[in-house]
Amino acid sequence: MTAALVRRDYSLVGPEAEKAAEAGLVSAKWYSPSISRAELKALMRRDDQPAIRDTLIWFAALIVSGSLGFVFWGSWAAVPFFLIYGVLYGSASDSRWHECGHRTAFKTQWMNDAVYQIACFMILREPEIWRWSHTRHHTDTIIVGRDPEIIQPRPPDLVAMALSVFALKQGAAAFRKLVIHAGGRLTDEEMTFVPESERRKVYGVARIWLAVFAAVIAACVATRSILPAMFVGLPTFYGGWLTYYFGITQHLGLAEDVTDHRLNSRTIYMNPIFRFIYWNMNYHVEHHLFPLIPYHALPKLHQAIKADCPPPYRSTIAAYREIIPVLARQLSDPTYFVRRELPQRARPAPGGVAAVARA
Amino acid sequence: MSETWIDAGAADRISPQDVAPFEHDGRQYAIYRTADGRYFATDGVCTHEYAELADGYVEGTIIECPMHNGRFDFTTGEAKGAPACVNLETFPVKVEGGRILLKVA
Ligand code: FES
Repeated sequence: MTAALVRRDYSLVGPEAEKAAEAGLVSAKWYSPSISRAELKALMRRDDQPAIRDTLIWFAALIVSGSLGFVFWGSWAAVPFFLIYGVLYGSASDSRWHECGHRTAFKTQWMNDAVYQIACFMILREPEIWRWSHTRHHTDTIIVGRDPEIIQPRPPDLVAMALSVFALKQGAAAFRKLVIHAGGRLTDEEMTFVPESERRKVYGVARIWLAVFAAVIAACVATRSILPAMFVGLPTFYGGWLTYYFGITQHLGLAEDVTDHRLNSRTIYMNPIFRFIYWNMNYHVEHHLFPLIPYHALPKLHQAIKADCPPPYRSTIAAYREIIPVLARQLSDPTYFVRRELPQRARPAPGGVAAVARA
Repeated sequence: MSETWIDAGAADRISPQDVAPFEHDGRQYAIYRTADGRYFATDGVCTHEYAELADGYVEGTIIECPMHNGRFDFTTGEAKGAPACVNLETFPVKVEGGRILLKVA
C-alpha cells in the first residue's frame, strides 16, 4: 500500500471518529504517574501573586511598546516597538488564554475569567468554543477523529503551515466562524463538543467581537491610516509567529492514538523570556498529566515526576531538530512518527506496546 | 427504600481542606473536609465526563475536577464552572466517635 493511501481523516465527524470509539480511545483511561496526595495538594495550591505580577508586567510592556510604536509611527524606528507589541499581543495571549481557560493561573476566579476574555480576543479564539474544544483536547489528546486541536495531519500540509506562521489560516477560519456564530449557528464539528446550554454565549460574543472589529475598521477609514488596526486586530497576525513556533513543539511528530501523554507530548526547557511569554506551557507533558496544577508550579511537578518521563528536550531548537526531519519524512510516509522512549524503571504506558503500535 | 448511615472511615483520614474517595455497594462517593472541620459528601464521579473527584482540588467549598477543572460547590452539589454544567448529587454526612457516617439511599 502506498503512503498516500493511508492518509487519515482528521475531521471530528468522519470515519475516524467511529474508529476511535471502536478502538476504545474515546474518553479512555490514560496513564497517570503515582504521586502522593500530600505532594499533589501542595502543587495544586492556588496563588494570585505570580499571575498578578506577570499580568502587570505584560500590560505594562504592552503599553510601553505600543506607546513608543505610536510615537515613532511613520519611521523605521517604530518597527522594533511593534514587533514587541505584536508578540506580547499575538503570542503571549496564547498562554494566558490557556492557563486562564483552565482557571488555574489566578486563585481569584474573576481574574481568570477577565484575563481569559482579553486573551481570547487578542488571539482570536472565541471563548466558549475554545473552552470546549480544549476540554476535548484534554479528554482525547491527539486521538484522530476526536481531538479538534491537532495542529497538523500526517502528511503535514506545508502551505497551511506557512500560512499559520502569521496566523493567516487560523485568522481566516476564525473570521468565517465569527460570521456563522453571529448568525446564531455552529458548525457541525462544533456541535459535537459545545453543549446546547452554552451555545447562546457563543452567538453573543461573536456579535460583540464583530462590532469591535467594525469599529476598528471605521477608525482606520476615518483616520486614513492602518494605525488603529496596528493596535487592535492586526497584532494577532504580525505578532502570532511565536505562538506557532511554540505550538508546533507541543505534540507534532509524536504518536497519535496513544493513551499516554508521555508519548504524544513534549516537555522542553526554555529560557526565562520564553517562559514568561509561554507561562511554562513548555512543561507540556506535566500539564496534560495534571491540568489542575497552576503554571507557576509546573517546574516543581517536572522535578517530582521526571523519573517516570522521557528526557525533556534541552531547547526549542533541539525539539525542531527532531520535528523538521519527521515532517519531511511524513510527506512520503504518513505512518512515520517519533517513538518516545520511557525510562527503564518508568511505569509503562496503558495498553503497553499495543497502545503505541496503533499509532 | 430505607436509608442507612454507613461507616465511611476515620474522620482524620481526610486532611483539612481536602477530599477523599469512598466506595460502597459499587458506587463511588467523594467526602470533603473543609478548613474549619465540616464534612460533606457528593457523588464521587464528575457529571461532565468520567473523572474521580477525589483526585481533584479543594478550595473553600469548591471541588475542582481533575480532568477539565470543572467546578462544583460540594456543600450543595451546584455546578459552578464549565465544563461542569450538571449538578452533583449530595449526601448527608456526620462525624461520630471519630468516624465519618454517610447516609445513602
Ligand atoms: S470530567 Fe469533570 S470537568 Fe470534565
